[in-house]
Amino acid sequence: MKTVIIDYGSGNLRSVYRAFERAAKDSVIDTSVIISDHANDILTADHIVLPGVGAFKDCYDGLKAKDGVFDALEQVVMLDKRPFFGICVGMQLLATIGIEHDGSQGLNWIEGEVRAIKPDDKALKIPHMGWNKLDFTNQNNSHPTLEGITIGDAGLHAYFVHSYQFEVKNSTESILTTDYGQKITAMVAKDNLIGTQFHPEKSQKLGLDLIANFLNWKP
Amino acid sequence: MSNFLIENQGNNKLKARVIPCLDVRDGRVVKGVNFVGLKDAGNPVECAKVYDAAGADELCFLDITASVEGRGTLLNMVSQTAEQCFMPLTVGGGVRAVEDVRALLLAGADKVGINTSAVKRPELVAECAEKFGNQCIVVAIDAKRVSQDGEPLRWEIFTHGGRTKTGIDAVEFAIKVADFGAGEILLTSMDRDGTKSGFNIALTRAIADAVNIPVIASGGVGNLDHLVEGIIDGHASAVLAASIFHFGDYSVEQAKKHMHSKGIAMRLDGYANH
Repeated sequence: MKTVIIDYGSGNLRSVYRAFERAAKDSVIDTSVIISDHANDILTADHIVLPGVGAFKDCYDGLKAKDGVFDALEQVVMLDKRPFFGICVGMQLLATIGIEHDGSQGLNWIEGEVRAIKPDDKALKIPHMGWNKLDFTNQNNSHPTLEGITIGDAGLHAYFVHSYQFEVKNSTESILTTDYGQKITAMVAKDNLIGTQFHPEKSQKLGLDLIANFLNWKP
Repeated sequence: MSNFLIENQGNNKLKARVIPCLDVRDGRVVKGVNFVGLKDAGNPVECAKVYDAAGADELCFLDITASVEGRGTLLNMVSQTAEQCFMPLTVGGGVRAVEDVRALLLAGADKVGINTSAVKRPELVAECAEKFGNQCIVVAIDAKRVSQDGEPLRWEIFTHGGRTKTGIDAVEFAIKVADFGAGEILLTSMDRDGTKSGFNIALTRAIADAVNIPVIASGGVGNLDHLVEGIIDGHASAVLAASIFHFGDYSVEQAKKHMHSKGIAMRLDGYANH
C-alpha cells in the first residue's frame, strides 16, 4: 500500500510522516509513507493525508496553487472514495467556508463553517492549547477508526492547538467533541473521510492507535 | 482565577501542562539527567525519550550554543528527537530570523521560542506568526523586578542571560507580542532562576492576566508546591522546570499527581503508554 502526506507548504510534515511510519511499523501494516506535492503520487495512493497548520486561507490557497493536486484529490477522494485523513487545518479545509479576516472557501466535502473560538468565559486563553478529553458528539456514535480507543472521561487525552473551530452543519458528521468553555468539534467523518482537530502525531498512544486504525480502514 | 481549578472548570476539560526543559550545547544536554537506567545522560534524544515515557506534557530544548557549527548539530538533534517522541516539542535559543524558525520546524520542532531577537525587533514575531501560524511561535520573556520596595511593582525585560537591562516594561512587551501574533509566552523570572525559591508569582500573574494567550511559568522551581502556585496563584497555563526533574528530586509523575491533589486539572494518563 501507499500513503501520501500532501505537502503544500504548510505545517510540520515530518512529525506527521514519522507518526504514520511508526504506527504502520508497530501495527505491522504494509504501507510506504511518502510526502509529496505531485498529483501522480496522490492518484496512486491508497491513503491520503492532509495536514495543515496556520491560517485557513493560506492553506487553501497553498493547496490550490499546487499543479493538479486539487483535481487529483477530487478524483481519489470524491470519486474513487479512498480513505482520507485531514489533520487540524487539514480537517478544517473540508468545510464549506473558513471565516477569518477575509473569508475563504473550503473544499466543501463536509458542510459547515470554520470560525474563531469565542468562549463565553473571557478568561479562557486562545489558542486552545494542550491536552483535552474527547467525547462522542452523540452517545450512539462509533467509527471504525476509533476501534479499541476508549472515548470519554476514562479515555486518553488528545493534544490540541488551534484558535478556530469547525462548526459542522449536519451533526451526524461530527463524531467527537472536546470541551473548552463550549463543545468544540474534535473529529468529523463522512463516507471515506475523517478529520481531527487534535494532532494524532502529537497525541502519543491515542494518536498512533487512531493512525493505525485509519491505515487498516476499508470504507 | 485560574482556569485549571477542577472545581471551577465547568465545561472545560483542558489540563495544565508540566514541561521539563533541557539546556543543550553543541547537541549535548548541559546538566545531564539523573535517571536510573539512563545510559547516556548527556544525550538529548535519550533524555527526551525518558520524559516522553514519564508523562511530560511537552518538552522544551533551550539551545545555549554559541557557535555557528553548533546550529547544525542542534537541527540534527531536534530531528532525531522528533523521530522518537510523539509529543509536542518546543525549541528555543539563538533564533534570529524567519529562516531559523523554518529550519527548526522542518527539523521537527512543533513550536519555536524567540527571545532576544523579539526584544530587538518585535516585528519578527509578526513575520513568523504570519508564515507559520501563531500556534508555533513562543516568545520567551526574561524579566526582572526593577521597582524598589514600597514602589508599585514593575518588571523589565533583560537579555543576554539576565545581564543586559533593556528598559522595556515586561507587561507592556507581553501585550505587544501577543498582539503581534505570538501563540504563547514563556516567562522566566530572572531574579528567581536557579534559586529554587519558587516562581515570581506577582510577575507571572501580572502577565498571565494581561494577555489572552497561554503563559508558561519558568524560573525558580524548587519543590512541587511551587508548581501548584504557578498555576493557581500565577494563573499560568503551564509550568516549566529543569533541575528538579533532571536531578531526580521529583519525577514528572509525582509532580502531576501532586498538582492534581491540590485541585488542578492534570493529564494523569500519559505514563509509558507506548
